[in-house]
Amino acid sequence: MSFVYDKIMGGKKGLTGLIILATLILIIFPLLLDSFRLNLVGKYLTYAFAAVSLVLLWGHGGILSLGQGIFFGLGGYAMAMFLKLEASSPENTTIQSTPGIPDFMDWNQLTELPWFWEPFSSLTFTVLAVLIIPAAFAYIIGSAMFKRRVGGVYFAIITQVIAVILTVLIVGQQGVTGGINGITDLRTLHGWDITSDSAKTILYFINCGLLLTVILASRFILTSKFGRILLAVRDKEDRVRFSGYDVANFKIFIFCFAAMISAIGGAMFTLQVGFMSPSFVGIVPSIEMVIFAAVGGRMSLIGAVYGTLLINFGKTAFSESFPEMWLFLVGGLFIAVVMLFPNGLAGLWNDHGHHITKKFAFIAKIFSKSAPQIFEKKVEDAR
Amino acid sequence: MDAYTSSELISIFAMQGFSGISLFSVLLLMALGLAIIFGQMGVINMAHGEFMTVGAYTTYFMATLTETYLPSFMPYYFVFAIIMAFIVAGILGYLVEFAFIRHLYKRPLDTLLATWGLSLIMQQSFRSLFGAREVSPTLPEWLLGSYQPTETIYIPINGMFVLGLTTVITIGTYYLMFKSRWGLRVRATTQNRAMSGAVGINTKKVDRYTFALGCGIAGIAGAAFTTIASTGPTTGTLYIVDTFMVVVFGGAMSLFGTIASAFSIAQTQSILEFFISGSMAKVYTLFALVLILMFKPEGLFASKVRR
Repeated sequence: MSFVYDKIMGGKKGLTGLIILATLILIIFPLLLDSFRLNLVGKYLTYAFAAVSLVLLWGHGGILSLGQGIFFGLGGYAMAMFLKLEASSPENTTIQSTPGIPDFMDWNQLTELPWFWEPFSSLTFTVLAVLIIPAAFAYIIGSAMFKRRVGGVYFAIITQVIAVILTVLIVGQQGVTGGINGITDLRTLHGWDITSDSAKTILYFINCGLLLTVILASRFILTSKFGRILLAVRDKEDRVRFSGYDVANFKIFIFCFAAMISAIGGAMFTLQVGFMSPSFVGIVPSIEMVIFAAVGGRMSLIGAVYGTLLINFGKTAFSESFPEMWLFLVGGLFIAVVMLFPNGLAGLWNDHGHHITKKFAFIAKIFSKSAPQIFEKKVEDAR
Repeated sequence: MDAYTSSELISIFAMQGFSGISLFSVLLLMALGLAIIFGQMGVINMAHGEFMTVGAYTTYFMATLTETYLPSFMPYYFVFAIIMAFIVAGILGYLVEFAFIRHLYKRPLDTLLATWGLSLIMQQSFRSLFGAREVSPTLPEWLLGSYQPTETIYIPINGMFVLGLTTVITIGTYYLMFKSRWGLRVRATTQNRAMSGAVGINTKKVDRYTFALGCGIAGIAGAAFTTIASTGPTTGTLYIVDTFMVVVFGGAMSLFGTIASAFSIAQTQSILEFFISGSMAKVYTLFALVLILMFKPEGLFASKVRR
């Protein structure tokens, strides 16, 4: 038990944080928000997967990837391809010149399904693809870069370029990818209507469950010996190398794991929002994911979730009322986070949180003081 | 390929080559500024594209001003616009360095985030000031038209002008960085900040002027850019990744590498664009770059420096 408590829950502090987060997303949001807003929160929480992956990669590994959108997109597209194939069954697409292929392919004069779409008609394959393709892709990038000791700034720039390549490729190959509009009109998962309110609520809870699981798994990695070495690599890579560790393998592993987490987020995004498009793959979304992690606190897994929620709530609120102010605000926030509080919300809480907990401490005190008195009084009364 | 005769192919290569030269010029001007900021100072300036846009809007502003108040001055305004673009972008760069870059020299990855924030603010400012629509300045007559050496080849004059401008700026930068006292101080500061300070170089001042110079050159790139395309609030973002690739591919410390890599990237993309769609040309070019960088991470012409 103590193993689970220390290593996975993260001790008393980690457990409290996790319980508060779980209460918020599993109980408070579903009770307070209508189904439209809840679906919106669900969408934000899928970005949180990418933010959590950046906490592992950037906060603890010192590897800044500006390409988490790649993996988010790969996961999302894999899921979208499966749903699209189901949506374009020959019965649904009889008006097309070639029934049975997705509508955008028909518009682009394709007459047969491309070979790499074929396996996505199986759900098992799709789920495996969501988990394995992004991780395998990350392995290729990671082993090419880290084995040659490319890191830091160069790694950031190269991941960014790969994100650009993928976006341009998706937009350019309209016939097989759906182009700039992405893959739209996704309705059912094995006949289950995912656009209905009840399905969206169920997907929201699945999403929350997966997010909490991912946080637990990440915490397990970080509290293990692996996590310690990762931190050491971040701070003094050469010393770790001279101590006999193969630094590159540690970096490759965490990069693959981060890719897998982001891809799960992408797949859940497609399920909850009902489409996937290249605007979630490129530079801008990838850097936004870094902001989520930075605002939440680059060292804190749970902070990343709050950062994601905060920024996205802000974005929605501002773009409804003052769209012009939003870019100024988020730009300023970026600079402020980097300059003034590099550890983000989680850092602020760690530095100043005890003032707040102190204010509420009197509640605990009343209970702890009055409880014995009441008890003693009762005992006296009984005499 | 069989569809073209050999003389047609030569014309295609010549013309696409020249259109590649316009792209090359803008990329090189951008990359020069970035090579100074990134290569010499280690600062990842994601707002570099926006400094280019500042230069482009300055040129547009000057053109509109001249057109309204001094129409007879139109043939000559462009030269002043270039100088103004340099000054405005340079001053802005100076202020930005003073405001926050100087606090972040020890955290290069954080400069990336902070300057990205800056680029968002700048984009929104452009949108508020000049509107979301793309604008282009009225160019002086002598920049328009094209020169026709043979029947099938047209070479636009603006492209040649931009090439000339780029040559001048490149040579100027070379002298400034490698032949002047000031360049010596910049290079000394890059190599060993503490020692440079100890021998009496004001490293803070060097940093500030280096950053301002890099941004100023981006401003000139913006002025050159107005002659070949129109400017919108997000123009800069289109070029920033390509520019970074130029600098990284060329080897961050080498001026010659920057020129060679800007040339090869621009030419590959431009010639490919004729045969396949523009987006695929970009995919192939960038993909080739990533592959080469995987095998040769230090870039084409890396000087042997310990990092």
